Amino acid sequence: MSEEGIVKKFCYMNRKAPYGTIYALESLEVVLIAAAFDQDISLVFADDGVYQLTKNQDTNGIGMKNFSKTYSALGDYDIKKIYVEKESLDERGLTADDLQALVYEDEDDDWAEKNSLFVVDRAELSSIIDSQDIVLSF
Amino acid sequence: MKFGIVINEGPYTHQASDSALQFVKSALAKGHEIYRVFFYHDGVNNGTDLGVPPQDDRNLPNEWSELAEKHGLDLVVCVAAAQRRGMLDEDESKRNGKTSNNLIKGFRISGLGQLIEAGIQADRLVTFGD
Repeated sequence: MSEEGIVKKFCYMNRKAPYGTIYALESLEVVLIAAAFDQDISLVFADDGVYQLTKNQDTNGIGMKNFSKTYSALGDYDIKKIYVEKESLDERGLTADDLQALVYEDEDDDWAEKNSLFVVDRAELSSIIDSQDIVLSF
Repeated sequence: MKFGIVINEGPYTHQASDSALQFVKSALAKGHEIYRVFFYHDGVNNGTDLGVPPQDDRNLPNEWSELAEKHGLDLVVCVAAAQRRGMLDEDESKRNGKTSNNLIKGFRISGLGQLIEAGIQADRLVTFGD
């Protein structure tokens, strides 16, 4: 579903905790729709947004749907550039080990499973954001 | 320049819709084109026909509606976000077995693809949110 062959760089910034507000869930809904448009997609998780990717989420006590498993399907939507800001992890006492593994299958390499989650520092993230055409912040 | 506009907050609690309205009016006055205004998250509440603010306050949904009529703006509320929050036009209301609808004239309900398309087609996509 391409728009007359135009391919822009879309960046989806996720900056809020997964629960407490609806931004994280509705951001994910945008990303899943966006994947059908053959655009160049990057996802960024920063600030409290890093909590969205944490392992072992349990929402039983708060009556909310646990949608964290949906992130592991991003690879099936050909989304393979997912950036997590290192400083945001550090500030919250988290490391990459606290995050779920995110992978995609590389069709150019016999469908080998490859990592799609990259921890980058604030300066790198700044240049990644700077290189985008569209930045949508949730 | 061709602008796409995204509004992520409802009227009154946040200033996002006011700022967007002022931006759109200014852009039009300067001869720019507004490709589409897309309402997402609580932003869909800007499309309500049932708001009755005090007489000395602005009525944001009315202002959007009137601006859309005057300039032929494409005001789109996200269907998924709208259904969650009880924002329905006549068709959606019937389809979901409801007895009333509340989308003000000048708005239409459509999917998130309209947001992505606005990003692709516009020269700049400007977000108004929290």
